[in-house]
Amino acid sequence: MDVIMNEEKIIAKDVSVFYGEKQALFDVNLSIDKNKVTSLIGPSGCGKSTFIRCINRMNDVIDICKVQGAIEINGHNIYDKSVDVVKLREKVGMVFQKPNPFPKSIYDNVAYGPTIHGLANNKTDMDQIVENSLKKAALWEEVKDRLNDAGTGLSGGQQQRLCIARAISINPEVILMDEPCSALDPIATAKIEDLIGELKETFTIVIVTHSMSQAARVSQKTGFFHLGKLIEFDSTDKIFKNPSNSMTQDYITGRFG
Amino acid sequence: MNSILLFVLLILCIFSFYYGQSRIKKISSASAITVKSLPHFYGYYQALWCALPAFLVIVFWSILEPIVVKNLILNQIQSTTLQELSKNELTLLYSQIVSLAGNNFSGNITEAVKQGAFSYKNFLSISQSSKIVLFLCAVIAATLFAHSKINNNVHAREGVEKIFIIILFLSATAAILTTVGIIFALLFETLKFFKTINIFDFMFGLSWSPQRAFVRDAGAVLTAAQVQDLKDAFGAVPLFAGTAFIAFIAMCVAVPIGLFSGIYLAEYASFKQRKWGKPIIEILAGIPTVVYGFFAALTVGPFFKVLGNSLGVEVSSESALAAGLVMGVMIIPFVSSLSDDVINAVPQSLREGSLALGATHSETIKKVVFPAALPGIVGSILLAVSRAVGETMIVVMAAGLAANLTINPLEATTTITTQIVMILVGDQEFTSPKTQSAFALGLTLFCLTLILNFIALRFVKKYREKYE
Ligand SMILES: Nc1ncnc2c1ncn2[C@@H]1O[C@H](COP(=O)(O)OP(=O)(O)OP(=O)(O)O)[C@@H](O)[C@H]1O
Ligand SMILES: [Mg+2]
Repeated sequence: MDVIMNEEKIIAKDVSVFYGEKQALFDVNLSIDKNKVTSLIGPSGCGKSTFIRCINRMNDVIDICKVQGAIEINGHNIYDKSVDVVKLREKVGMVFQKPNPFPKSIYDNVAYGPTIHGLANNKTDMDQIVENSLKKAALWEEVKDRLNDAGTGLSGGQQQRLCIARAISINPEVILMDEPCSALDPIATAKIEDLIGELKETFTIVIVTHSMSQAARVSQKTGFFHLGKLIEFDSTDKIFKNPSNSMTQDYITGRFG
Repeated sequence: MNSILLFVLLILCIFSFYYGQSRIKKISSASAITVKSLPHFYGYYQALWCALPAFLVIVFWSILEPIVVKNLILNQIQSTTLQELSKNELTLLYSQIVSLAGNNFSGNITEAVKQGAFSYKNFLSISQSSKIVLFLCAVIAATLFAHSKINNNVHAREGVEKIFIIILFLSATAAILTTVGIIFALLFETLKFFKTINIFDFMFGLSWSPQRAFVRDAGAVLTAAQVQDLKDAFGAVPLFAGTAFIAFIAMCVAVPIGLFSGIYLAEYASFKQRKWGKPIIEILAGIPTVVYGFFAALTVGPFFKVLGNSLGVEVSSESALAAGLVMGVMIIPFVSSLSDDVINAVPQSLREGSLALGATHSETIKKVVFPAALPGIVGSILLAVSRAVGETMIVVMAAGLAANLTINPLEATTTITTQIVMILVGDQEFTSPKTQSAFALGLTLFCLTLILNFIALRFVKKYREKYE
């Protein structure tokens, strides 16, 4: 089935991360395919969040965090001196573990990114962007009559979809999701998983998850981290049916972690 | 005498503690019964029983003794001299007796005083010995009672905790009662003031010159002219205006500087800068206001005067500008540390959400952090206003005394607090409207700050709820 050549969107080369003296990631090498979902799994504290936050340089926010190695997106190293972080994050969006809508209206939450980047010339444009983003995030039907209500007043699952709408409103190329469903109930989770399946047509998606079944359902490739090292990285099928590393085997069968 | 008794009581307490503790241990080990509380609770139990009744004896005795002795002596004098003495004479006589008994009376000693002093000493010594007896009785009785209880199945921990709760409750009650008392005293005097001066004349009158209402007999009937005079003397609007004006100048200084330094500390400062910067700014808050006061009066005020003169502008040496400016500096750390706290309380996830959308740090602050923190910031500014309104020392020293109704910051103005100070320094006739007006001003000030604080706390609370 996968005879079409996979285009590599993101390539991590020997990425090591230090928090002060403590090393959190050790020489991680992996490549993420365009328009595919790649999931990262592993026990708590193994460095999944650390890695995913390297891809949009969110780790810059943390003073003591130092990143070594290179991450190439479309062939350009994002840790190069000449890279503008603002432009990078415009292209690489992020959805967080806990829904974090701004204390503004639903409309303003989605309009925030486009406003900052000047993507809309007038109100009609902006309305269009907001509507499209909410539609893509499968939230439009639920909120179209109350766009001026506070975003924080939505349910947890709706809030998370609002955050996804916010992320796609600036039309990024990559969306990073760090445990996007961990605060949600099964129904909301199922909605977001469906959404991820649709979104991958347009975006390249990297998702961190603690749920094996979720990784198996939504992703085409899976990476298993343990104690800061990437133990195994392969197609999701292979990782779940026939892992080559015994640690991976133990983890997915629930024998540790 | 009392201090000796208290000291003895303390020692007894310590003994009781160890006694109670060791006894319960013995009992429990001898009879192999499990006691209900840990041993040291029995120690506390014994000690508290030993201390409290005796302590109450001392307290009540100290309160009642002077009253009882005084009555006894005065009765005696009344019956021996067989003549009716007025209340004032009796008081004088009694104070002579007390000072003679204390061996520091000079002047001619009458027979009555001599006799009085003799019986005074007598009564005192009787009282002393009965106090000691009662004290010992209390100690012994209570100790025996506790002793008998320890044997029993008594739950010492519950008893001890109940007593602690009662002590804590009494302390809280004392604090609240004092507040209520102060408010009532204010209210009471204010009402007296408003009997002479109409409340509307006070609230809306445009001229303030209480010295005009100075010497005046309490019960004297006033002529129409005098009444008018009184009316005109207590118009508090100039004070309100002055207070608001100086507070406004102070906020013009404190809000921008305090807010910006708060934002810098919370958002941009490195760990090291924060570690040093915050305490240094807070030192400003530790400077006594009287120091700010003479800084304003002796440095800033004259500086403005000289500056004004060289520019050809008339500046009085006491000006609203100098006082307001220095007050503003005083309030900076207040605004800065409060807004720093409020901004820090904005969840980091909101910042990251904004940064992840490609917003810069300053855009994030302007569009996400600041709006989210706004209610808290408004609250802290209101608290700062209420401090500015109640501030006294700086304005007394630097703002002037003349109740000018002006909006020229270069002229002297006066504030509510300044006038209260001015009215109450020196000898006062307690019943004159001038003195009573201080209470009216005090009550107004109290209500003002109370309302400001109330609104401010509501703001802050509402803001907290949003993120918790
Ligand atoms: N801000 C930080 N400062 C210092 N150490 C950190 C910081 N963030 C993470 N670490 C450390 O880096 C290591 C990896 O953390 P990370 O958050 O990437 O784990 P994770 O795989 O995402 O775990 P989880 O599944 O619990 O989210 C951990 O040992 C953690 O203690
Ligand atoms: Mg994580």
